[in-house]
Amino acid sequence: MAKVEAGMAGNVWKVLVKEGDQVEAGQEVVILESMKMEIPVSVEEGGTIAKVYVQEGDFVNDSDTIVDVE
Amino acid sequence: MFSKILIANRGEIALRVIRTCQKLGIKTVAIYSEADAESLFVREADEAYCVGKPPVNQSYLNADEIISIAKKSGAEAVHPGYGLLSENAAFAKKCNEENLVFIGPSPEIIASMGSKIEARKTMKEAGVPIIEGINTSLESEEEAVLAAKEIGYPLMLKASAGGGGIGMQLVHSEEELLKAFAGNKKRAESFFGDGAMFLEKYIDEPHHIEVQILADSHGNVVPLWERECSIQRRNQKVVEEAPSPFINEETRSNMLEAAVKAAQHIGYSNAGTIEFLVDKEQNFYFLEMNTRLQVEHPVTEEITGLDLVEEQLKVAVGEKLSFTKEDVKRNGHAIEVRIYAEDPKTFFPSPGKITEFQLPQGDGIRNECAIEAGSQVTPFYDPMIGKLIAWGGTRFEACSRLKLALEEYKIEGIKTNIPMLIQTVSHKQFLSGYTTTQFVNEYYLPTLTSTK
Repeated sequence: MAKVEAGMAGNVWKVLVKEGDQVEAGQEVVILESMKMEIPVSVEEGGTIAKVYVQEGDFVNDSDTIVDVE
Repeated sequence: MFSKILIANRGEIALRVIRTCQKLGIKTVAIYSEADAESLFVREADEAYCVGKPPVNQSYLNADEIISIAKKSGAEAVHPGYGLLSENAAFAKKCNEENLVFIGPSPEIIASMGSKIEARKTMKEAGVPIIEGINTSLESEEEAVLAAKEIGYPLMLKASAGGGGIGMQLVHSEEELLKAFAGNKKRAESFFGDGAMFLEKYIDEPHHIEVQILADSHGNVVPLWERECSIQRRNQKVVEEAPSPFINEETRSNMLEAAVKAAQHIGYSNAGTIEFLVDKEQNFYFLEMNTRLQVEHPVTEEITGLDLVEEQLKVAVGEKLSFTKEDVKRNGHAIEVRIYAEDPKTFFPSPGKITEFQLPQGDGIRNECAIEAGSQVTPFYDPMIGKLIAWGGTRFEACSRLKLALEEYKIEGIKTNIPMLIQTVSHKQFLSGYTTTQFVNEYYLPTLTSTK
């Protein structure tokens, strides 16, 4: 299981995946909005989304876990 | 003159407005979000009130709360700065209804220039050249494709309500247009609450050159020369200078005249900026009008000796401009760079705590900055944390002073674009004075990959 972290403080602008989705390495899973800019967060390795921790509109800090990938 | 005003903004521009108010003996009221409670501008104001939680829609964009604070504090006018509520016609209208002077033009003028499609139509009527394109909102991909065929590629797809480069994209083909349309429309809807899109022909090797004007409520309009702001990243300005090193005196004189004509046609009052794109043959086309103070106003102040905030305040109380076009002499050359809290290679934001901070000093050096050691750069607002301005008797002198000052700029704890700025202002293409909006793509980004 791999945890995907926000990498930057900001607002969750879009959640692009749901639990159970198959993702490929490098695929964008969430788009954050920080300092008026869209920051995509992608997974490093492919797998299945085991859990999504955030909802659109949530505020996250830079080391917060966003999704788990199995 | 007013005895007390409220500043509906934050950061360096709030501090800038406070400075002029102190000079004129006007008391200032600051508003701040919970994230800005410790900020310098809050301490410098005579009074300060918390206006809400950190996100802008719960604080700096909360028009009703801001107006209620203005009334409670006894302020007579509201200075909106730039960004935030500065070009919000509904806010200006509310201020007027509550007997507060909005330091800016009328709500009707703000609204007409806020829609880029409306502004294009108005400027065409005024006899100001506009870029070939369409003046109606595109409802669908199919409509966009048909319109694009008529004008011809490459094209700029733009959001009518857009700003800061959001909802804007260069497209070279039908395929790219189809790919870009829905996403940009959606972005425009979510950022500006208005998804109206239009198309303009792409101008090759474009220079972004704008004319600063001042207009009073008695019909007088005076141009304060131009600024060249071609160096941009992510469609946002990074380096701005006055005068433009590119245009000749004839083009300059024609642009100034067009800007005055534009302001007179709409009955404008306040400081304002008419932005133009200028092609390599020095043809110029209206881009948009900003009905507020610009971020880059200091370069105009440096070459004219005027205080633009002071002039805004005088116009707002109904005074006549005290000078004519002939009185405004141009002296030397000024260049401003915007200091952004961001990675200098990817341009991604870099929030965090500033651990060490020292501003550069020197002949002709001016700093506009509202941070200090210990300040927290939060993810809630624009990444611009300061501006550095260098004046010189010649452009060469201004460039040399700027480079030295950038090298002495001490800021630790966050990443900034200072390394990018140093590279830019010492690049031979910049020193030659021929800069286009493609500068970063053509001359800066390639230096990053070649050193990897």
